[in-house]
Amino acid sequence: MDEVAARANASAEAGAARSDRDVATAHSELPILRFLTCGSVDDGKSTLIGRLLFDCQLIHEDTLESLSSESRNFGTTGDELDLALLVDGLQAEREQGITIDVAYRYFSTPNRKFIVADTPGHEQYTRNMATGASRCDLAIILVDARKGVVTQTRRHSCIAHLLGIEHVVVAINKMDLVDFDAKRFAEIEKDYLEFAGVLGIPHITAIPMSALQGDNISRRSEKTPWYDGPTLLEKLETVDVSTATTSGPLRMPVQWICRPDLDFRGYAGTISSGSVKPGDHIVALPSARGSAVARIVTADGDLESAAAGDAVMLTLVDEIDISRGDVICSSNERSEVADQFAADVVWMSDRPLLKGRPYILRLGQQSSVCQISDLKHKINVETLEHVASRQLELNEIGLCNLSVTKPIVFDHYSDGRESGGFILIDRLTNETVGAGMIRFSLRRAHNVHWQAVDIHKDVRSTLKHQRACCLWFTGLSGSGKSTVANLLEKRLYIQGRHTYLLDGDNVRHGLNRDLGFTDADRVENIRRVTEVARLMVDAGLITLVSFISPFRAERRFARERFDGGEFLELYVDTPIEICESRDPKGLYAKARTGNIKNFTGISSPYEPPEYPELTLHGGSKSPEALVDDLIEYLVSNRIIDEI
Amino acid sequence: MHKSRHLKDLEAESIHILREVAGQFERPVLMYSIGKDSSVLLHLTLKAFYPAKPPFPLLHVDTTWKFREMIEFRDEITRQHGLDLIVHINEGGVAEGIGPFTHGSALHTDIMKTQALRQALDKHKFDAAIGGARRDEEKSRAKERVFSHRTADHRWDPKKQRPELWQIYNGRLSPGETMRVFPLSNWTELDIWEYILVEEIPIVPLYFSAERPIIERDGMLMMVDDDRLPLEAGETPRSMRVRFRTLGCYPLTGAIESPAVTIADIVNEIKAARTSERQGRVIDRDQSGSMEKKKEEGYF
Repeated sequence: MDEVAARANASAEAGAARSDRDVATAHSELPILRFLTCGSVDDGKSTLIGRLLFDCQLIHEDTLESLSSESRNFGTTGDELDLALLVDGLQAEREQGITIDVAYRYFSTPNRKFIVADTPGHEQYTRNMATGASRCDLAIILVDARKGVVTQTRRHSCIAHLLGIEHVVVAINKMDLVDFDAKRFAEIEKDYLEFAGVLGIPHITAIPMSALQGDNISRRSEKTPWYDGPTLLEKLETVDVSTATTSGPLRMPVQWICRPDLDFRGYAGTISSGSVKPGDHIVALPSARGSAVARIVTADGDLESAAAGDAVMLTLVDEIDISRGDVICSSNERSEVADQFAADVVWMSDRPLLKGRPYILRLGQQSSVCQISDLKHKINVETLEHVASRQLELNEIGLCNLSVTKPIVFDHYSDGRESGGFILIDRLTNETVGAGMIRFSLRRAHNVHWQAVDIHKDVRSTLKHQRACCLWFTGLSGSGKSTVANLLEKRLYIQGRHTYLLDGDNVRHGLNRDLGFTDADRVENIRRVTEVARLMVDAGLITLVSFISPFRAERRFARERFDGGEFLELYVDTPIEICESRDPKGLYAKARTGNIKNFTGISSPYEPPEYPELTLHGGSKSPEALVDDLIEYLVSNRIIDEI
Repeated sequence: MHKSRHLKDLEAESIHILREVAGQFERPVLMYSIGKDSSVLLHLTLKAFYPAKPPFPLLHVDTTWKFREMIEFRDEITRQHGLDLIVHINEGGVAEGIGPFTHGSALHTDIMKTQALRQALDKHKFDAAIGGARRDEEKSRAKERVFSHRTADHRWDPKKQRPELWQIYNGRLSPGETMRVFPLSNWTELDIWEYILVEEIPIVPLYFSAERPIIERDGMLMMVDDDRLPLEAGETPRSMRVRFRTLGCYPLTGAIESPAVTIADIVNEIKAARTSERQGRVIDRDQSGSMEKKKEEGYF
């Protein structure tokens, strides 16, 4: 390990010189550069970052000490100091020799501070890269000089571009293994530019380097006399990323309302684009109420102006109603407000994205329930081809149409990342399951409005001497849902009630004939039935729905499509052994032999309701007795009058 | 003094995060540990909600082994700003006489710090605890989220950590779950000191060099802060010019010899430093990856 000590000493000397300069240098005025490194361990990515930290004297003595012992245990460089170990994070991963997730590193030179988002190149790449890239202005894409532009290079470039990164450095690494050959470098550069031309990445710099030996990283290599471009560090120190965000129109999403006393009302938020000064005319969206800026308040005194990136507090000339999630915009260049739009969605969860399933969409400080109304196509990030699909799996990207239950304020992602990027949240687990970049709003959102009519639900129900509602029977196949629903409808009919029964099997013969039994189709099946039931409730009917409806998320979605008290979830809880012994349609037998796939209770899950309005124990009571219970329930809840 | 662009950027990002906490959670709390990072965090909090007072209280988990000057400083700062301070001590641990000398640093930290913090969060039903941890402190923290999810039993489950894109933070919780929030994630130790310098933020005087009674034990310079320190045979406190790079329980916090008596001195010292700040902490020394283990158990 003599070499370790020698390197440490050499670096200590270099570092001492740099430190002296640091102390003497005035603070820089360049913004922090956030950049992303993409590539695999094989490309030497971790070595590259380790090299940057090492050369910039960011490695402390005690870190170096533990590194040399680790190099012996886990290293891949023999007795040499394995710089990659500086940046491979969690213990378990280190032992496996792979990195997962996004790790952040920090270093600075006298000229600039850097935040490195380090993302791995293996199969979790898309999710991790998208996360890391979302806030970066530059991406370093590593290419092994021996291999040239490969599938992975295209994948990384495509994702970087999709997330809005405008500056790409193509780090053509391991030049030492191709004898620093100028022709090889030119070849790879040309290949890359051709591919990048298709994508439309505006700023590309290719640099020949050896991260292992430090060539063209922080010091210019004498082995590449034919190269007259910048070293990697020069490029990073000088790149101008003060982009359109400061020159664009004002956007300030409101995070928090400040009301210390009755005389002060301030709107706190971070300006995501443009600039603002007192006297500027603004509108608050979505209400579109207008006013003018009175003051820009900060703890350091009022400001004369503020711009993108600043966290400020605005007070307005007029008292208008603004709450968290509203966006303060310049009055002559406003954000869009719509409830339907198209977006590129990156899927980040093990459970696939399903068309029709409700998610929570969060954009800035706004939240709304949303659904994927259409999945136009998936994008193959290696070939850029479009592929038809009904669902998105983990790490897949697709162009989707989305609809939200309340309109949101946004800009196109290409006009502003913070006002056009959103995340999708699973409503049961609260996990972040996807991210999206808005392309454009869908025009029909502006033009199709709910037609307000004079004869409405309440009037129709009153005429029928009942309260319209949806009785949603859920339970396993063979649990007795249809039998009970059928019997109940008969009893109601005899009493002169106006009813309709939507049965799972029957609907599948017509309206839902085109749907199968995959998860995606089941979700769509429920969505359509929900909408039909809703129209029938609107018509004043007591609507009975008898559907296995195995997923909580879909039943919850159905519930939310109705007004309060209108949706009654009736859980027909019959033990599966009994259902299977009944097997009225011989389905369990087929499922057991594998002749039916995705059969609920056997090869597909059933998620029982957590809080049903009523549980009907189908195993222990006769259908007649269950219907008696139901009638009693309907009377006590004033759905129908006492007979 | 002039504030550089990168400090302005960091300041704005932290304020944004603090406001998100106020906007997204019902009962947040600011973990105030009196050190330099906490001082910066408190300063940013005062700025984020100005002219209003912070919409959440401060919580100090007192292990009863903090430097005396830290406690004086804490009480003075909270009085000055009229802040709502909750001090929590694990009374069970006190009753059992838990301390670093009698029970060892690991057990002491677990009972008087980790367990105590859980008690305090449960007692007050806080749903978000804001802390001053930074990603550059330790290798395993490099992947820590700004909003770090904790299960209902306060565990950090790597699988439950959420991807964070743009400046959108997902603070949604199921019943019993909590969030730890780290507004200083992207700050380095040097950023902290430069910011303290330009913003003239008051800090505990222990950070400045002075003559202090010191003994040397296991290669660590330990300050004799009170008479609970059991001197071993041959140990006599002697006066040394030392200061502290981090502050915690006095028996677990090593001093460094240093002439730095101003913040500018400290900034210069950090820039020339050859060891990382955590070197002074006993808890990290056992083995590589130990921080990761502590985190899974609920250590901050």
